Amino acid sequence: MGEEDSTKSSTKTKEVTRFWEWAIAAIIFRLVLIYFFPDILSQLASRPEVSTPVTSLRRLAEGYWLKKQASISPYAGSMYHGSPLLLSVLGPLTVRNIDGQPSHILCSLLFVIADLIAALLLRATGQKLQSAYCQSLKALGVEKILGGSEFYASGDISALFYLWNPLTILTCMGSSTSPIENFLVILSIYGACKRLIPLAAVGWVLATHISLYPAVLLIPVILLLGYGPDAPPKKLFLQKISRETAKDSSDSSLQHVKPITGSALPSFSWRPVILFLLWASAWSIYILVLCGISVRQNGGLQEMFKRTYGFILTVEDLSPNIGVLWYFFAEVFDFFRNFFLIVIHMNILFMILPLAIRMKHRPCFLAFVYVAICSMLKTYPSVADSALYLGLFGLFINQLADMHFSFVLFCGYIGVNLLSPVMHNLWIWRGTGNANFYYATAIAYAALQIILVVDSASAMLNHDRRLRKLTTA
Amino acid sequence: MNPSMAKPNWILSLLILCCFIFPSVLFATIEEESQKEEFNEELLLKPLPDRKVLAHFHFDSKANFFSYNGGFHLHLFPKAIYQLVHKFHVKEMELSFTQGRWNYERWGGFDPISSSNAKPPGVELWAVFDAPPSQVDALWKNLTHTLSGLFCSSINFLESSTTYSAPDWGFRAYSGSLRYGTLPREAVCTENLTPWLKLLPCRDKAGLAELMDRPSIYRGFYHSQRLHLVSSGFGSNSVDSEIELEQTLTVVLQPSTQRWATSYSTGSAMQPSWSLRTIFGREINKKCILAKSSNVYLQLDRGLVSEMKKKGFRPDFATSDISITNPAFELSPSPEKMIREVDNLNDVESSILYVFVIEKYVDAKPFDLVLTWKLPVAWSCSQAPLLANRFLMGSGNERGAIVISLKSINHHQSLVGTGAYGEKCNLHINVFQVVPWYVKVYYHTLRIYINGQVQPAANVTRKMRVSPSEDKVSPGALELALAFPCSMKSAELSLDFDKGFLHIDEYPPDANQGFDIPSALISFPDFHSSISFAEDSSLSPILSRLKKRSPALAYTEVLLVPLTTPDFSMPYNVITITCTVFALYFGSLLNVLRRRVDEEERRLEERAKRKSGKLRQQLQKLFARVRGRPLEQHPNPSAPSSSKTNSKLIMKVGLMVLIAVVWQYYLR
Repeated sequence: MGEEDSTKSSTKTKEVTRFWEWAIAAIIFRLVLIYFFPDILSQLASRPEVSTPVTSLRRLAEGYWLKKQASISPYAGSMYHGSPLLLSVLGPLTVRNIDGQPSHILCSLLFVIADLIAALLLRATGQKLQSAYCQSLKALGVEKILGGSEFYASGDISALFYLWNPLTILTCMGSSTSPIENFLVILSIYGACKRLIPLAAVGWVLATHISLYPAVLLIPVILLLGYGPDAPPKKLFLQKISRETAKDSSDSSLQHVKPITGSALPSFSWRPVILFLLWASAWSIYILVLCGISVRQNGGLQEMFKRTYGFILTVEDLSPNIGVLWYFFAEVFDFFRNFFLIVIHMNILFMILPLAIRMKHRPCFLAFVYVAICSMLKTYPSVADSALYLGLFGLFINQLADMHFSFVLFCGYIGVNLLSPVMHNLWIWRGTGNANFYYATAIAYAALQIILVVDSASAMLNHDRRLRKLTTA
Repeated sequence: MNPSMAKPNWILSLLILCCFIFPSVLFATIEEESQKEEFNEELLLKPLPDRKVLAHFHFDSKANFFSYNGGFHLHLFPKAIYQLVHKFHVKEMELSFTQGRWNYERWGGFDPISSSNAKPPGVELWAVFDAPPSQVDALWKNLTHTLSGLFCSSINFLESSTTYSAPDWGFRAYSGSLRYGTLPREAVCTENLTPWLKLLPCRDKAGLAELMDRPSIYRGFYHSQRLHLVSSGFGSNSVDSEIELEQTLTVVLQPSTQRWATSYSTGSAMQPSWSLRTIFGREINKKCILAKSSNVYLQLDRGLVSEMKKKGFRPDFATSDISITNPAFELSPSPEKMIREVDNLNDVESSILYVFVIEKYVDAKPFDLVLTWKLPVAWSCSQAPLLANRFLMGSGNERGAIVISLKSINHHQSLVGTGAYGEKCNLHINVFQVVPWYVKVYYHTLRIYINGQVQPAANVTRKMRVSPSEDKVSPGALELALAFPCSMKSAELSLDFDKGFLHIDEYPPDANQGFDIPSALISFPDFHSSISFAEDSSLSPILSRLKKRSPALAYTEVLLVPLTTPDFSMPYNVITITCTVFALYFGSLLNVLRRRVDEEERRLEERAKRKSGKLRQQLQKLFARVRGRPLEQHPNPSAPSSSKTNSKLIMKVGLMVLIAVVWQYYLR
């Protein structure tokens, strides 16, 4: 916590008062909901917003039952599409019930713990990012922007935002395995930020294993390990150095300027990256071996890949969710199905490189953008993905303070999240609306996410521009 | 005489002549000796307790082939069936077309007729193949297509692997080579009956089939046309092989009577009197001379006989030449003989069969059987130990539950004879349930309620086999062997399911009607229904059929599940709108990433020099006020460029449209 002290001493950071009280209140709130409203839990468990075919705990229970009671492959039939490891960890919890409580109470407790740890990791990540930010600003000699506007403790805010976000609470209550996925993603970012290489590797490997999409986080994690946490562009430091040297050469007697040494300059270090890759391959071999043992009798790893990743990539389940792809693939002509599958997955992959080039100096922000893009173009999205990227979003509130559409986004998120269940109810339960109503909310939601990604990316780039102006000025 | 009848007659006699004249002609003698064909036709009539009449036509063709020499000339046996058996290695097969639902409560659920002829609505087909398991699916597919052509129906839909399943032990004892499929919605009509009749040597021109007047048959409450064939010795290279083809038509008809006399003594309604003429609208004019035997039976149920005995009437009556009469009813013409059921278990009641041999009557005048009731009688049919029903729970189109409810029959005398009198008396039942893949059943939610209370499934389940459904590949099948305590009053089995969502092409034209879940089959392996009569049953196929012990079966209702439909008119809109959203994402993000801010500022200055749009300024002010931030501090760099962005966006969209158009025309 030495860094934190130095941060405090140098800048007046607006600390969140009573962080722990709020965090504990969030946990107690969850526990109260779980214990006193088990009906809500079971209702939420089948909401399309909360549980997708990949993350549904009900399907996991079915897979576990098939494996244990019927002693056939958990992937027999099209029910379970998750990892065999989750099955062996969460499966026993779904059948055990403690004195009359519903059977998924144990799982819910596990998800509450996952949420809490994820929030704490977010907080630690935020503190690390903030201290790095302050250091680099100081190194550039533009601390004055810190004093000028309010400066929030982004770690505390994002942790509390994650804990109190209604979407996170829904996810935690709703008996889906997504809290674990979110926790793993945050774990991997945290590990990369703190340079805990094995932790980052295990987080990344497990998150990829469970839900495939976090695979794209490989690039931010490598950049984080290589460059260190988010900093202004390298160019600014170089300009600064050149100016310093010019100044030094012109006026060598001026000694009070803090010298910028080469160590402060962000440069790519290969050692942690190679270590990370080694750790990641070790972990993935370990996980594959574990999976191989657990699915040995049921068709082996090939069957597992087909049923999990194959299912995710080919959009076999057309049940409605908050994304747009289910309706797209329910309507698209069979002839074009493969073409559009390729196009949609390409949309994720195409943006990876431009974003990585443009934002390589801000790997954490890059991770946020990737997560947001994935949650938008995912085949089976749920509000859990939104909860994750909104939590990460909290880490950058200082830098993203001047986003243009924050008010629109705020209203839009509330509006869509309220309208979407209404439209779903009208279509599915009452039969008075039709699929297009629900699809319209999904389109609006996708548009909101697009605005969020585009706006935050542009705000971050603008922030860099502002820094450059300040340094050159 | 009908010319079509005369022709085979003529050929036959010529053949026989040939045999006599040229005994040295080897060909003819071998053919005559190497195959034996036999055809029997029978009709069983039975009054039902609810004032209806059951008519059960039974046509039995049998062919023996002693040595196979590459082909046979078939005289009586239908060639199509012989080829089918020969080509697809069918060991046993049953195909039924049914309309209406057998009323187990009123028409009986525990007699040979109901357990083998009560069938689920629509088409049911099962077949056992005499082939290695790897070939069975291919044979099944070919068989469905052949049958579809043979019977003018859409049996070929059973070809798709989503419609048939391979039960292991829940349906029949054959495992591996058995395939089972149903089409609950198949409409059954005269177009299916005509090809079925074509398999009979006399068609419906002579014999009992003459009675099949289409309007009266299809007016009935239940109509099931069934074809069952058993072959032996076809798969192996054994010298002799045999095919037995059993064609039955079971109809439940309401005799049309004008007067509904009610008895003053009991208050119960008089049973309607009927004759073949009134129920079918036809009589038997001539016998089918190709049939070895052609008999009509009238069966009086056990319940009916005991009821009559209770009232003091003896069913064997003073017989006159023209008719028999007793105080309860009058039967004309008088039957050939009366056969009693030999019941070795309890002698309280036994059913009675009156036999009418058609040849005796037809020569003189058309045969018509007239039953006239004189006194009201009320009785009930023997029932299976449990009445099975099935229904759906839940509302909305997202999820639901299937419930199979089993109710114990109140009077427990049917349980007598199970032989399970230990300290623990168990009632064994098997449940076989096939669900299509779009009904996604969660088998772990199987709950069993006994007398309204949840029981752990392990307590009552003896054996269980689940083959879960796979999306668009195979249906789910559940085979359950349960053992209930005998004291049980009622039991319910419930299974939760989610409703699937289909691609628009997978919906049938009438998508909003809903989808059918085929009937579940409840069988009682400890309860065998058989009626053995004093007569030597080998003479008559129907008697031997009745004598055969078969487990009591009950099919449940077909369930109709409404599934959510997407908007069928939307594919183009959905594709274009979704693609637009993706283009928006891709374009705007890329635009943000490659924007050069220096150029923009320069352009901004140029524009400011030229003219500042008043409206835009107003808008900017408004936005700034909404955000609560002064306008001057953060000059909005994206707003001036929005027109440029828009034009670029429009250009991009236009390009996409152009590509789409080119694609479209290129394809054509």
